[in-house]
Amino acid sequence: MIEIKDVSKWYGTFQVLTNCTTSVKKGEVVVVCGPSGSGKSTLIKCVNALEPFEKGEIRIDGLSVSDPSTDLPKLRARVGMVFQNFELFPHLTIMENLTLAQIRVMNRGKEESIEKGLKLLERVGLKAQAPKFPGQLSGGQQKRVAIARAMAMDPMCMLFDEPTSALDPEMINEVLDVMVALAQEGMTMMCVTHEMGFARKVANRVIFMDRGEIVEDTTKEDFFGKPRSERAQLFLSKILQH
Amino acid sequence: MTWDWQFFLKDIGDGETRYVDWMISAWGWTLAVSGCAWVVALLFGAVVGTLRTVPNRWLAGAANVWVELFRNIPLLVQIFLWYFVIPAIIPPLQQVPSFVMVVAALGFFTSARVAEQVRAGIQSLSRGQRNAGLALGLTLPQTYRFVLLPMAFRIVLPPLTSEAMNIIKNSSVAFAVSISELTMFAMQAQEETSRGIEVYLAVTGLYIVTTMVVNRLFAFLESRVRVPGYVGGGK
Repeated sequence: MIEIKDVSKWYGTFQVLTNCTTSVKKGEVVVVCGPSGSGKSTLIKCVNALEPFEKGEIRIDGLSVSDPSTDLPKLRARVGMVFQNFELFPHLTIMENLTLAQIRVMNRGKEESIEKGLKLLERVGLKAQAPKFPGQLSGGQQKRVAIARAMAMDPMCMLFDEPTSALDPEMINEVLDVMVALAQEGMTMMCVTHEMGFARKVANRVIFMDRGEIVEDTTKEDFFGKPRSERAQLFLSKILQH
Repeated sequence: MTWDWQFFLKDIGDGETRYVDWMISAWGWTLAVSGCAWVVALLFGAVVGTLRTVPNRWLAGAANVWVELFRNIPLLVQIFLWYFVIPAIIPPLQQVPSFVMVVAALGFFTSARVAEQVRAGIQSLSRGQRNAGLALGLTLPQTYRFVLLPMAFRIVLPPLTSEAMNIIKNSSVAFAVSISELTMFAMQAQEETSRGIEVYLAVTGLYIVTTMVVNRLFAFLESRVRVPGYVGGGK
């Protein structure tokens, strides 16, 4: 589904990604973790070409995201993305947030879009909030709306960029519950997160990044059991302490 | 000194027009010049300000040149350029009425200022908003249309209000090319009647009333488009 081959990226002379190679198969849940500044958020933004990269290739469903002949908007419409800072559209109601792209990108009818939106809001437990504006919701609620917004496009896979890091601790679980349910339904997911509990529960594979490199790319059993690299061991010992 | 407001009811010499009629007509010209120029300024300002933020060097550069050009030259000089210089270089423009030339001059001058405000509004939004629009499959123009510009315009409404008021006050330079607007009226009427103080006080009053109405209109607009839960938006 997602193939990342030998991707390198520089900000000026500073190299943020070095020869990253990995893949996410259909139905797989892959968690990307690593210390901050390790390039994991950059990598996931490269996947749907929100960040350009200088070397290598990324293919989604066989289509290269850096090929100028690829219809990027069309491709991105099929890849759901949930951002660290919510990024709901503040001037639109919750329902309008969910219907905007359905109407403008997928050319769905308004009523059909609203119906779909309501179904998804009900799923994430926020049906009553439909007429409200994002600024009137809590962080956890906004994040669930963001997930529903991505789902409204019937994506073939979902990218999560630190979905819980901007949340208060008590709101993290309500978001993780939605994500776990998604994973258990067989959604293909690539997820940058520090939530090791989530990784343990639903991940098929764990990718560990440090200083722009993929240091480990292994099954979750191996990763939590006996990480091969010293850096991953150190990271795990730090993060699992609390 | 003694006041004499009676002369406003006197005939200006053509047997049918009183000074007050002339003043009302001049007010109409002021409104026409500033109204038309505002449409030009808003239209070009929105486009140029948007282009300054797009990821295309040539478009952003061209928009930058536009802003520099119209912001770096005094308004009065620009009026003369449009009235004297440009028609001399492009002869067909000699047929164009001076009203149109003044609207162009004032409109483009103000468009550079509007463009800077629109740019500031767009740039005050987080990069993530643009990414969120694109990630949903919206094209870049759609992302501007539905995501970035609606918020950017809300954010810059207060400075845009000042700009709309400025354009009314700046329309007074149109007297320089013989548009019969309020300032032109004031200068001529005080010559003819020697009641300069009364004339200028009356004209001042009309300018204040006009800008106040514009101010209130924008305040109303601001309250209408306020985003709930956003800064200053209330609950």
